[in-house]
Amino acid sequence: MSVLVYAETDQGKLKKSAFEVASYGKAVADMMGTSLSAVTFNAETAEELGTYGVAKAMNISTTAAFDAKVYASGIEAAAEAVGATVIVVSSSADARYLTPLVAMGMAAGYVTNVVAAPEGLSPFTVKRSAFTNKAFTHTEITAEKKIIGVSNNAFGLIEQPTDCAVEDFSPALAAPAVTVEQVDKATDKVTIADAEIVVSGGRGLKGPENWHMIEDLADTLGAATACSKPVSDMGWRPHSEHVGQTGKPVASNLYIAIGVSGAIQHLAGINSSKVKVVINNDPEAPFFKAADYGIVGDAFEVVPQLIEKLKAFKAQG
Amino acid sequence: MKILVCISHVPDTTSKINFVDNDTQFDTNGVQYIINPNDEFGLTRAMWFKEKDGAVVDVINVGGAETESTLRKALAIGADAAIRIDTAALEASQVAKEIATVIAAGGYDLIIAGRESIDYNGGMVPGMIAALMDASYVNNCVGLEISDGKATAIREIDGGKETVSTQLPLVIGAQKGLVEESDLKIPNMRGIMMARKKPLTVQPASAVSPLATTSTYEKPAPKGEVKLVDADKVDDLIDLLHKEAKVI
Ligand SMILES: Cc1cc2nc3c(=O)[nH]c(=O)nc-3n(C[C@H](O)[C@H](O)[C@H](O)COP(=O)(O)OP(=O)(O)OC[C@H]3O[C@@H](n4cnc5c(N)ncnc54)[C@H](O)[C@@H]3O)c2cc1C
Repeated sequence: MSVLVYAETDQGKLKKSAFEVASYGKAVADMMGTSLSAVTFNAETAEELGTYGVAKAMNISTTAAFDAKVYASGIEAAAEAVGATVIVVSSSADARYLTPLVAMGMAAGYVTNVVAAPEGLSPFTVKRSAFTNKAFTHTEITAEKKIIGVSNNAFGLIEQPTDCAVEDFSPALAAPAVTVEQVDKATDKVTIADAEIVVSGGRGLKGPENWHMIEDLADTLGAATACSKPVSDMGWRPHSEHVGQTGKPVASNLYIAIGVSGAIQHLAGINSSKVKVVINNDPEAPFFKAADYGIVGDAFEVVPQLIEKLKAFKAQG
Repeated sequence: MKILVCISHVPDTTSKINFVDNDTQFDTNGVQYIINPNDEFGLTRAMWFKEKDGAVVDVINVGGAETESTLRKALAIGADAAIRIDTAALEASQVAKEIATVIAAGGYDLIIAGRESIDYNGGMVPGMIAALMDASYVNNCVGLEISDGKATAIREIDGGKETVSTQLPLVIGAQKGLVEESDLKIPNMRGIMMARKKPLTVQPASAVSPLATTSTYEKPAPKGEVKLVDADKVDDLIDLLHKEAKVI
């Protein structure tokens, strides 16, 4: 009986979500009175997981590109090696891709979008968001082996420094199921999934030529850029930036919506962001009911001022 | 080519979400049901393969009789036949196992499921089906071409896209981008008439037991009032975000 977390890396570096799943895993391990291990792929500094309570990190080296089947087999082998009965994973696109395979491989009960530490061990019940953030469910994992997918930014980082033993782990891995032909990824931009702050533009911005404002504000804040559905449907911005019920979910610390009306489908996808700011010239826009802070005003006047003042604020440090 | 599209019957995106019976049941009162949007993108791509290559397209749902209107809509959009597995959908692994049984008997080359349903947001059915079939699998699929039994698919990844090639049988998790919004089909009168004559087969469930069960539901706490800042005092907003909200 132990707890295993799958700690993700990007180009060898542990992602923030890796520390969040470690923090979550530590809370579960403490409840169970057991130890916490992690499995990583190609991590250069796996010992950093010790800061969040991981006592042992098993690092698998692979030369191939990410492959769901290959990674799933590595995670299963690690779970077996440490006798894990609970596995904790993040909500990244890759984790969501591979974890169903792990769950079927181990006959484990898998629950996604979990927002808090388990409510109890017996029954093993977790709180998860559903109906695209319009509700929560209390769900019991009845299978003996359990996998928890933690919602981004829902649990946070909790430091619990532990000596972390890093070892090379070389299990027999599955053969890749797909051949990666090409990867197009902007490496210099923060992604919506990983961003602490997201700046989002809607139809109120009138056209793609005005997006420099959104990008400028995002750059000033180190934020990712996003948009409403019609904006991506009209081709002003790529589909990958569309957020909401039928787009990407956003669970950032700060979400700034500019010229977005706040339709129910938009709000559903961004509601788990902690702090929401709206800038809209229509005081009746529904977004004002969902936001924490708001400015009623013309985006073309407010946003340039905001960028200028934020630059000054950042310059002060 | 034989395609199976998994159809989830979900509340319309504008539905008010409420619960009854001491928060143990979803309140269906006044709720309109639709084809899960991610499944509809997948179904629309399947129609493209039908028109271009003469693919046969079946649709499947695991659920009670109340889901048949949604399956009929999929038939009106153009699917050839529908299958309903007659049992309540309780949990992803149970749904995936029921569907895998049909796939094993039906000899499908391509299985399309939505990346996630907009009600339970589990996001695991396509992956679980792939695992059960030991088939190729591409999630968050935003592009798919098939020729000579080989598939080229585009997967949306955090921060970009990845193009992969693979063999059939293939399972994809469909989402927006797989087809253009403007390609989505609203059933016309002829489609609706034809759908009435198409087969909708009800099959008994194979009594799979779920690995997780939901006992109660909860609605988020009501939100406090928005704090308004004057349009010519953006400094105040920066101050609030820094000192009060502590997010910058
Ligand atoms: C099945 C379904 C799924 C959907 N899924 C999604 C989804 O996932 N995500 C999503 O976003 N939408 C979704 N929608 C669409 C949604 O209903 C709205 O149509 C959409 O969110 C509106 O986008 P918007 O706010 O950019 O545009 P609008 O509603 O047109 O709002 C523009 C806003 O800009 C403001 N504005 C105009 N000029 C200015 C100015 N100069 N300065 C400041 N403000 C200004 C206006 O007051 C207005 O409030 C979905 C719809 C359906 C039916």
